[in-house]
Amino acid sequence: MTALLSAAGVSKRFGGVLALRDVSLDVDAHDAVALVGPNGAGKTTLFNCLLGVLRPDRGTITFDGRSLVGLPIYRRARLGIGRTFQRMELFAGLTPREHLLVAERARRGDGRLWKDLLNRSAPAPDEVAAVDDVLALLGLGDVADAPVEALSLGRGRLVELGRALVGAPRLLLLDEPSSGLDAGETAALVEVLERVRAERGTAVLLVEHDLDMVQRAVSRLYVIDAGAILAAGPTADVMDDPAVRRAYLGAAS
Amino acid sequence: MDEFLRYAIPGIPVGCVYALVAVSLVLTYTTSGVFNLAFGAQAYVSAVVFYLTVVDHGWPKLPAFLVAVVVIGPLLGLLLDRGLFRWMRTAPMTVKLVSALGLLVGVPPLVNFLFGTATRLGPPSVAPDPEKLVWARYGIVQHQAITVAITVAVVIVLAAMLRFTTLGLRMRAVVESPRMVQLAGINADRVSLFAWMLSSFLVGLAGVLLAPLFANVADTNFTVLLVSAIAAGAVGRLRSIPWTLAGGVLLGVGQNVLSGYLPAGSILSIGLRPAFPFIVLVLLLLFLPGLRTRREAVDPLSVCDPPPPALAATYRDASLDRMTRIAFPAFIVAFMVVALFVVSSYWLFLLTQGIVFTIIFLSITVLTGMSGQLSLCQAAFAGVGAFTAGQLASQQGVSVLLGMVIGGAVAALVGVVVALPALRLSGLYLALATLAFGLLADNVVFPLSWVGRGNAGVSVPRPTLGSIDFTSTRSFFLLSMAVFAVCAFVVILVRKGTTGQQLAALRGSDVAAQTIGINPVRAKITVFALSAAIAGVGGALYGSLQLRVSGGDFNFFFSLVFVVLVLTTGARTVEGAVNAGMAFVLFREVLQTLQRNDNAMLWIAVGAAVLAVNAYVRHHEPRKALMEAVTAVGAFAWWLLGDGTPSLVGLQYALFGFGAVSYAKHPEGIVEWRKRESLQALMRGRNGAPTDFSADSALSGPIPAQSSVREALR
Repeated sequence: MTALLSAAGVSKRFGGVLALRDVSLDVDAHDAVALVGPNGAGKTTLFNCLLGVLRPDRGTITFDGRSLVGLPIYRRARLGIGRTFQRMELFAGLTPREHLLVAERARRGDGRLWKDLLNRSAPAPDEVAAVDDVLALLGLGDVADAPVEALSLGRGRLVELGRALVGAPRLLLLDEPSSGLDAGETAALVEVLERVRAERGTAVLLVEHDLDMVQRAVSRLYVIDAGAILAAGPTADVMDDPAVRRAYLGAAS
Repeated sequence: MDEFLRYAIPGIPVGCVYALVAVSLVLTYTTSGVFNLAFGAQAYVSAVVFYLTVVDHGWPKLPAFLVAVVVIGPLLGLLLDRGLFRWMRTAPMTVKLVSALGLLVGVPPLVNFLFGTATRLGPPSVAPDPEKLVWARYGIVQHQAITVAITVAVVIVLAAMLRFTTLGLRMRAVVESPRMVQLAGINADRVSLFAWMLSSFLVGLAGVLLAPLFANVADTNFTVLLVSAIAAGAVGRLRSIPWTLAGGVLLGVGQNVLSGYLPAGSILSIGLRPAFPFIVLVLLLLFLPGLRTRREAVDPLSVCDPPPPALAATYRDASLDRMTRIAFPAFIVAFMVVALFVVSSYWLFLLTQGIVFTIIFLSITVLTGMSGQLSLCQAAFAGVGAFTAGQLASQQGVSVLLGMVIGGAVAALVGVVVALPALRLSGLYLALATLAFGLLADNVVFPLSWVGRGNAGVSVPRPTLGSIDFTSTRSFFLLSMAVFAVCAFVVILVRKGTTGQQLAALRGSDVAAQTIGINPVRAKITVFALSAAIAGVGGALYGSLQLRVSGGDFNFFFSLVFVVLVLTTGARTVEGAVNAGMAFVLFREVLQTLQRNDNAMLWIAVGAAVLAVNAYVRHHEPRKALMEAVTAVGAFAWWLLGDGTPSLVGLQYALFGFGAVSYAKHPEGIVEWRKRESLQALMRGRNGAPTDFSADSALSGPIPAQSSVREALR
């Protein structure tokens, strides 16, 4: 079986800095994979290349057997890739429910001006149901119609996750989903990811510093350092790799 | 080569003036984040003061220069920084830009009000003997030589100061990051104040040096100066002062060389010469790498900023919505009855004008209200619609109603053409590109015989539809109301529809909106085209109402006034556009009526006094009350001591311009804000419990607690 998302030989250079050097990475359908590494290792750069925010200098990226090179961000999203951000990127002025509704329709590439002009753009029952499902899954029901600015950071992250989840994407890219969350919120997040994977079969690729969370949430791990993949494999094996311990975890741990 | 130099060298002095303003733009933009378009108005102020002191009062040139440039210049900078822009440091770009625009629009009419509207012919030069040839070979006269000498001296002093003094070092540091400098224990506010005073001084100097190059001191001359300066600043990527200087000089030289080589009197030379700075600006914005991709926030510490305060105001209160829904139709019916059966036909005409302007203003509701983009060429779109309808009717005999629809369609096409390159830009750069387009339309396209025919204008007859004749004011009023209703419904439907939601998402976060599958290019082109179409239809209707329109009716100045006015009254709602449209017409009418009254200044004094008391007692705003009290006292003194009523023509633009400053505090629009406030008072009276609406300020409002905002929503 071929991988759902497959990056091969991706390189990216910013001026004199080689941010990514020949990076290859696979995520299978229904799989949960983490990408860890010290700050500045190139994790977010790789994410941006996968999603089309940046254009890699070399290398191929395929999703579901289809090459993504040259596709704009929104086309990749419509193929079924959802993403959250390291620094929250919410839509000021919309409520959580509106966040999800707009995502639900945008991901299908729907929404023509003439429909607005004929007053045909109210949410359809199946759209409302899909959004309600996600709101319930994330426990956001009670704040669904509050201004998004009024939410706590943890809740805000859940809204981002929900926005990425509607429209049933097949792959979620999460950029440091636990940053700014306390232990309880992180545990809840891991649980939500578990359920998303179990109920919806969504594959997950996450960048994360919190190794506890990583161990609980994923089965495979990539370690990236100075723009290159240092190690890859099942979580426990990688964590025991001496080279990884030296580069990232520190000798003491 | 010699011929080339004969064209190039006389371009250097004017290039120096461009460079002075450009350096000021860069200095204030980098130290305070404000792209101060008001410099155009500041240069005008200094030029007028120099003219008044020398010509009207016969002062010697040196003291006049000291007052106009060395005192007034920095003083204006001090006022702007302390009174306005310092409080906006963390405000979004749009807020700062709109405030600066308001000043650009508002200051010249205020100056004309204070010092009279007489044409100021033959501006004096700082040079003792300005016309004396000093370099006969290239025809350089003393004024030009002195301009270059002063610029070189100023630049040397500036460079030395930035390079060798502590203050210069601090200034360079503030350019990098005001917060980092604050953390190092330096008062960044003071550094930025100094930058404001210094740059305002340079602009005053530029104003006085530029004035003698024109036949009279007129504010429009300084707008062209501003655009040239922006283009020069773009050469320096709004960052590098040496490149900015070079850009200014090159622009002056290029302009002169171009007009020298192009055959005199040809279409190219007539059209291209005035358009040169705009074309350069657009090309630079589009193709200079590094300018386009530059993020507006360059402060390395900007990631530590708290998120911008929530705008409780952007969520409409449900009971307010209900009230509007009931009150609005009742109001419309009452309005139509009054307009048709009560008022005189003169006032009916004015109200019709107000409706027509409302339609044009709805184009801003669509573009700025929904997508948050600032376009400074809406009047140009309206002009395209009007000229299309007029030319089709007079040349091809096309029915005017059909012509209006075609006019809207052509305007939409032009909108797409403007939007296509502009899509590569955003925020400030988009606004500047549309400004350049508006000026280009104004100076080059509208005078063409197949477009606007210059001052002669194009006649647009009143339409007929079968046996229905819209010639009378009454029937035309009904037609305007119908068109308005259609446009308003379009705006409302689009806003609540998918397109509106997607635009809101794009405004919130461009990249996040793309990651959920929103095509940003399509969304932005759609909204630009829709906005231009509405403006075009409105413009055609305006042409038909006035029977004849020329380029002057769609001057770029109106583009600025339109934006400033609509953002002040409220760009989010149809109601805001209605208020803006009516204000645009009625303020003019009220001032004209006052003008004919001998005791006008007394009435103004009484009005200002009432406002002052209202601001102090009801709204608890001592600063505003003080300003209005000062106005009242000033007007009263004028009535007592002055000879008759001064010229009030155009004073409404000063009011609109200065009103825009309130946009910073009430981004939802003052009408919306007042309405919410009244409702709040009403509810307080009913339940005895105050409702918390505290978070309505983009400037200083605290981040609201979750509960307070949610309560506000109930």
